[in-house]
Amino acid sequence: MNEDGFASGCDVAVVGGGIVGSAIAYGLASRGLKVTVLDEGDRALRAARTNFGLVWVQSKGDGMPAYMRWTRRSADLWPAFAAELESLTGVGTEYRKDGGLVYCLGEADLAAQGRKIAGLAAQADVFDSEMVDRAALERLQPDARFGPDVAGASYCPHDGHCNPLYLLRALHAGLALRGARYRPAAPVSSIERREGRFVLATAQGPLEAGRIVLAAGHGIPRLAEMVGLPAPIKAERGQILVTERLQPFLRLPGSGIRQTGDGTVVIGSSKEKTGFDDRTSVAVGGRMAARAIRILPALASAKLNRTWGGIRVLTPDNHPVYAQSATHPGAFVAICHSGVTLAAVHASEFAAAVAAGSLGESFEPFHARRFDVPKAA
Amino acid sequence: MFRKPPDRPDAIEVVVEGVSLRVPPGTTAAAAALLAGLPSTRTSPVTGEPRAPYCLMGVCFECLLVIDGVPSRQGCLVTVRPGMTIRRQEGARSL
Amino acid sequence: MSESFDLVVIGGGPAGLAAATEARALGLSVALVDEQAEPGGQIYRNVERAEAEGRAAPLGDDYRRGLGLVRAFRASGATHFAQHQAWQVERDGRVFVTDGAKSRLLEGRRVLVAVGAMERPVPIPGWTLPGVMGVGAAQILHKSIGVLPDAGVWLAGSGPLLLHFAVEVVEAGGRIAGILDTTRSFAPATVLAHPVAALRGRSYLAKGIGYLARLRMAGVVRHSGVEAVEAHGEARVSKVRWRTGTQWHEAPATGLLLHEGVIPHVHMTQALGCEHAWDEAQQCFRPRTDAFGATSVEAIFVAGDCGGIGGAIVAEGRGRVAALGIAASLGRIAPADRDAKAKPIRDGLAPHEAIRPLLDALYRPAPELLAPADDVVACRCEGVTAGRLREAVSLGCLGPNQAKSFTRCGMGPCQGRLCGPTVTGTIAKALGQSPAQVGSFRIRPPLKPLTLGELATLADLERGG
Repeated sequence: MNEDGFASGCDVAVVGGGIVGSAIAYGLASRGLKVTVLDEGDRALRAARTNFGLVWVQSKGDGMPAYMRWTRRSADLWPAFAAELESLTGVGTEYRKDGGLVYCLGEADLAAQGRKIAGLAAQADVFDSEMVDRAALERLQPDARFGPDVAGASYCPHDGHCNPLYLLRALHAGLALRGARYRPAAPVSSIERREGRFVLATAQGPLEAGRIVLAAGHGIPRLAEMVGLPAPIKAERGQILVTERLQPFLRLPGSGIRQTGDGTVVIGSSKEKTGFDDRTSVAVGGRMAARAIRILPALASAKLNRTWGGIRVLTPDNHPVYAQSATHPGAFVAICHSGVTLAAVHASEFAAAVAAGSLGESFEPFHARRFDVPKAA
Repeated sequence: MFRKPPDRPDAIEVVVEGVSLRVPPGTTAAAAALLAGLPSTRTSPVTGEPRAPYCLMGVCFECLLVIDGVPSRQGCLVTVRPGMTIRRQEGARSL
Repeated sequence: MSESFDLVVIGGGPAGLAAATEARALGLSVALVDEQAEPGGQIYRNVERAEAEGRAAPLGDDYRRGLGLVRAFRASGATHFAQHQAWQVERDGRVFVTDGAKSRLLEGRRVLVAVGAMERPVPIPGWTLPGVMGVGAAQILHKSIGVLPDAGVWLAGSGPLLLHFAVEVVEAGGRIAGILDTTRSFAPATVLAHPVAALRGRSYLAKGIGYLARLRMAGVVRHSGVEAVEAHGEARVSKVRWRTGTQWHEAPATGLLLHEGVIPHVHMTQALGCEHAWDEAQQCFRPRTDAFGATSVEAIFVAGDCGGIGGAIVAEGRGRVAALGIAASLGRIAPADRDAKAKPIRDGLAPHEAIRPLLDALYRPAPELLAPADDVVACRCEGVTAGRLREAVSLGCLGPNQAKSFTRCGMGPCQGRLCGPTVTGTIAKALGQSPAQVGSFRIRPPLKPLTLGELATLADLERGG
């Protein structure tokens, strides 16, 4: 952690030290800008600590081809991104790109998924998933024994997974090594614009910045209002179950079930309206466990070690919002719930755009105007 | 490390790592493993190091054993029954 | 699927047993959930069995007191769920328990958490070697099945329990290799600094002096002023090293029993989101409670050592007082009645509570135990050293939860029970902050592991809070 105070200011202040904020800050610092990341304390909502860990392409971007392309671009960049982070920081993210599966239980489910895949394929030429039958699925996951209801899956070769906590750690280590400053326990209370620069009032004192990026998840709306940025965010809880460590048996990540590098099996996830209550519900956990057991019956004897809830950062169509303020030039916002998947493009193309001072045409589809939000900049 | 208690008529026979052993009623599986003189009762799935029970009261989870074929059981909370089989847990269990 | 009670008590030690019995006498319906097979908790471990086998009397009157408690509980009519683990407790009083194969739901209008104390973790070099255990663990073996350590076993640490156990071994005809006493405070000076405590709790002091005399008479080797202890060995401990002043010593060992006091087992109250405070005298977190054990969560009460260390007699008294408080909160007795009944109980506890500040001062843990050296394992489950924690702090982690994300400390089967104090202490020292500022792990269910299969059977339950 840096010793020098805020006195010298920075080129870009990134509000939010989660995966979204850290990736953007890492990208900015890698481009030679002076960056300060402002983060909260030890106990905060921190969606970054509650992820499932997928670097996922299939089923993203329904109704928004630009997002489909954006996601695919990130997945294409991820291997080099992971390698660069590991080589710079020594922290491995456990990233693997072996493809990913969405399991289908029963013939009707299989047929419905097939129609969905076809629908997505028609929307953009980057789409690249296929349906696999039970036999093909068993070949893809040779050490797993599937339950009788598993009829098949949709498969996408560009899908992968990583350890999201190690990713965050690598990003934080990378930030420091690239000369960025990370300030925890520094929640931002207000943002003003003075003489062409931003002044952020934080719990650790004021910080001056040439540009700001709001990447603070559910902390965004309050701050976005101050700088003329849109922030149509809703909260949705997702729960995750984690088992004890097990011998490896599940090679590919699936929707809702993957085995981590530590051998634990992670099971997700639910969609619940609970406001900001990130506790867990036994009944919901029970349903998740039951579904996982239908897919892989052997999981019935695995011990559950921990459950948690995370509050997703969702926009009205669940696709990202990237925008820059018209009233406060130099203020940017990045809202998404797929921070892990998009980390590679956040660290490269989004950071490059912020560094250049303008998002450009390619980011137009991601503006919040698409919701006709009254307060849009 | 522990002195074997004197045998008694109501002692319970268990099998620890394939070897038969008589222990007093009320003995837990973890205690039986200790009385059997096992140098360690499991290996850590994280480091591979040998481990053995530490607290014997359900807090430390070092006493994870395979009891009657079921892995990952806290041996200090399982009271022995006649014929119980107790085995070390090697690393991460498999399903 | 679910059963309802006025009161669900979790824990079968003196606090839980006394509370359940008192609550039944007040006409409440009571369930008691105990993960042990036999009631008594740790202090009165297997007391019924010991009595039946003629082993209780030699263990002393203090131990045999548990017999009366257990018998009164058995006769009280409370529903006893033995060998059941509570894996989820919700703020509205729902308690999910498992017997290892099947889960059930107990719905209490009130829940009393009486899960007692745990031994403070003693993170020294080599403490994860097989053969290094807590003194409490060895005492459990002795109380439950009459097993003694062999003559190659060393005891190391500080505190009444350590001396008491050494005497227990000697009285039972056993031998130990010796005691490495890490007590730091100069006893006479500490006693003089707490004159009131010393006077009112003089029976405890006399007992302690008696222990030391007894051990001397039995020829038990005791090294005092020990400042560092290490366990060494290949696949298990075979040697113990210790330092007094600048001088290192070593000796062969077949085992090493560690003890540096007991601390409240706050895992469950933390999971419930009860407010906790840092107790500077006892160097631990404890739940905030009122005089009847009510916590900051309306349906949740606390009694016994898990609310703050007080010992067995105090636990029993506080259990009874909690039952009175619970009954009044349910409108079953009038507040005046509750207060009238509670007063004599509280008065009787006074001498036992009075000694506490002196014991806390006498046996205060060394700073190295709360913030060990870099290469010492802090989190046993995941093998995370104190040095890795300090590295996380240098990356900006301000507390245990961020440290957990970065290092995996607290993610193993024990879910932070054993490493929590060390993680908080190490981070606090690195940041120059108090443990209160640094905080503790966010505890999530299940409080005890259960299989996915068992969880799946609850899929149809209505969502709780």
